[in-house]
Amino acid sequence: MSKDFSVHVEHVTRVEGHGNIVLNVKNGKIEKLQWQVVEAPRFFEAMLRGQNYNELRSITSRICGICSIGHSLASLKATEDALDVKISEQSDILRHLAIHAENMQSHILHIGYLVAPDLLGVGSVFPLIGTKHTDSVLKIVKLHRLANEMSDLICGRTIHPIRLVVGGFSVVPTEKQLIHLRKQLVEARALTQDIATIIHSVADKLPDFTRETEYIGLRSDDEYALYDGVICSTDTGDHPDHKNYQSIMKEYLVPHSTAKHAKHARESYMVGALARFNLNSKQLHPDAQEVASMFGLKPINYNPFMNTVAQLVEFVHSIEDSIHWIDMLLDKGIKDEKPVKVKVKAGRGVGIVEVPRGILVHDYTLNSKGYCTKANCIIPTNQNHANIQLDMEKLVPQILDKPPKEIELTLEMLVRAYDPCISCSTHYLDVTFV
Amino acid sequence: MKQKPRVAVFDFADCEGCELEIADLEEEILELIDLVDIVSFREVMKEHSDSYDIAIVEGSVMRPMDEKRLRSIRSKAKILVALGACATMGGINKIRNQWMPEEVKKDVYGDADLKGNELFDVFKTKAVNEVVPVDYYVHGCPIDRDEFKMVITSIALGKKPEIPRYPVCVECKKNENICQFEVGRFCLGPITRAGCKAICPTHNSPCEGCRGLIKKAETDCVKEVLERYKLSYEDIRRRCTMYNYGREECSVDE
Repeated sequence: MSKDFSVHVEHVTRVEGHGNIVLNVKNGKIEKLQWQVVEAPRFFEAMLRGQNYNELRSITSRICGICSIGHSLASLKATEDALDVKISEQSDILRHLAIHAENMQSHILHIGYLVAPDLLGVGSVFPLIGTKHTDSVLKIVKLHRLANEMSDLICGRTIHPIRLVVGGFSVVPTEKQLIHLRKQLVEARALTQDIATIIHSVADKLPDFTRETEYIGLRSDDEYALYDGVICSTDTGDHPDHKNYQSIMKEYLVPHSTAKHAKHARESYMVGALARFNLNSKQLHPDAQEVASMFGLKPINYNPFMNTVAQLVEFVHSIEDSIHWIDMLLDKGIKDEKPVKVKVKAGRGVGIVEVPRGILVHDYTLNSKGYCTKANCIIPTNQNHANIQLDMEKLVPQILDKPPKEIELTLEMLVRAYDPCISCSTHYLDVTFV
Repeated sequence: MKQKPRVAVFDFADCEGCELEIADLEEEILELIDLVDIVSFREVMKEHSDSYDIAIVEGSVMRPMDEKRLRSIRSKAKILVALGACATMGGINKIRNQWMPEEVKKDVYGDADLKGNELFDVFKTKAVNEVVPVDYYVHGCPIDRDEFKMVITSIALGKKPEIPRYPVCVECKKNENICQFEVGRFCLGPITRAGCKAICPTHNSPCEGCRGLIKKAETDCVKEVLERYKLSYEDIRRRCTMYNYGREECSVDE
């Protein structure tokens, strides 16, 4: 059937930041299909120039409201790498908890508020209140609140953390607070199972679509890598030289996007929960693995829509792993430690962490007085843009006979599946348009 | 019964953290929904209407295309509320105003030819009130959820929200914190607008001035601080301009 139609979604809703979907079809043929990122550029790398090493974290936290803890941790790791600062074991454990708290907060927000409305056929969670789904919404709200309270406790504040400082923590939680948090996490187990059951009951609404691609994330021998590890690809394996990340994450600019795109071994790659699952699923807590099998999620899964399911799996893992770290802290006894003292020197440092949307890199060069002379940040969402575009190019021909409204919704759902965080900034020199 | 005011939330250049603070009200957002109808909030809802009474605007203005969108929002709204430091005063987005737009573009995008591409057509960062009139301000980076609730409730009830014009030190003292200066850090609390419950010093970190300066940094006082804490003028200038570049003091109506 030949037909003419167009889909133009200006500023896709229920995602962080501004992106457009453009599809023009003439005589049944695709004339234009583009995922456009129209967010105003913010120039963070320029803003960091001349700032003191102590202030880099505060500024880069503001790259993104949702993953400000992750940006803070990547920033601190880069600064500490440049200054040869080794944090204490206690700080290391607390940072593991910080990253779990953020992962939980961001994942449940995405699963509950951003994706679930599509699966339930509504525009947002608001119309669900007062219907048979009220109870589910309240459960999601409860889990979201718990993740935020955990962030508040460990980091001082969920959005733009305060306690995360160079060398450790400005304040550490008390034993009593940790015991209370542990209790809350234990209570959250049953709630999370309920949410998994609800999502499972509507999981058939997730499109059955696959496209082979490369997945990149951190990998560690010790644990399901979030706070630390080496860069790893499903195509090329481990890349231990962290300072040479640019040989893996090759960024480039396209004219319809203020965010940079990236590629490695293929035309595009994917980062985020599904990438981490595909790389490291064996290291997940058994309860998390159980949720994965409930949804039939096995590595390597090439369906981007399953990213939301991978987030749910990670949510379960984060609860269990947090309980494990809290037990370790309680066992050792929490000490009122001051941050490690810093000796300022010139150098370059690279900090890499896994944030909810994927692998994040901060790279700073400091002069001998501790001021930043050069900065580079590689943002997860930017690494996914090319993959989103290529997914769209494979997906649209498969659904071209559907009504335009349905095509539009499926494309929106695809973008949402990646949980893009578009506000995040970008940079780097020697770029060329392709 | 009187119709509830219709509220729409919009965002420009920023991290969307202040909108997220609204979402983080959790169950309390239901209390707000009793007072107002949320008709547009792109970050969390697909529903959208161009008919609204109150526009809540987050973020700074970077490009002519953003300016145009902001003017159109203003023309539809009876009341406009600037949400968060990026909107109320430019915030950290103004750090780059110490250089020309062309220079920062080259820094970030290299030699790529961006001429004629409106997406990249940036001017120096502007706060919302440098483009359109603003009726009310919710300060901070990020905003304080309780203050946001208070401001929206006041507007919905036709009252003027009370925003502090005293310094962060007042709230810091109330929390019985040890002064950041006493532990050897340079803190902007004495000259920054309160309303944040002194959250940073309470977590043992110095105030960075995200709610705007209420007083000029007095030269004599600055000199004394410099000497006492062995700080350079450059350190203080940088801290004072992290959120407040190009601003000496907030105007009274903010």
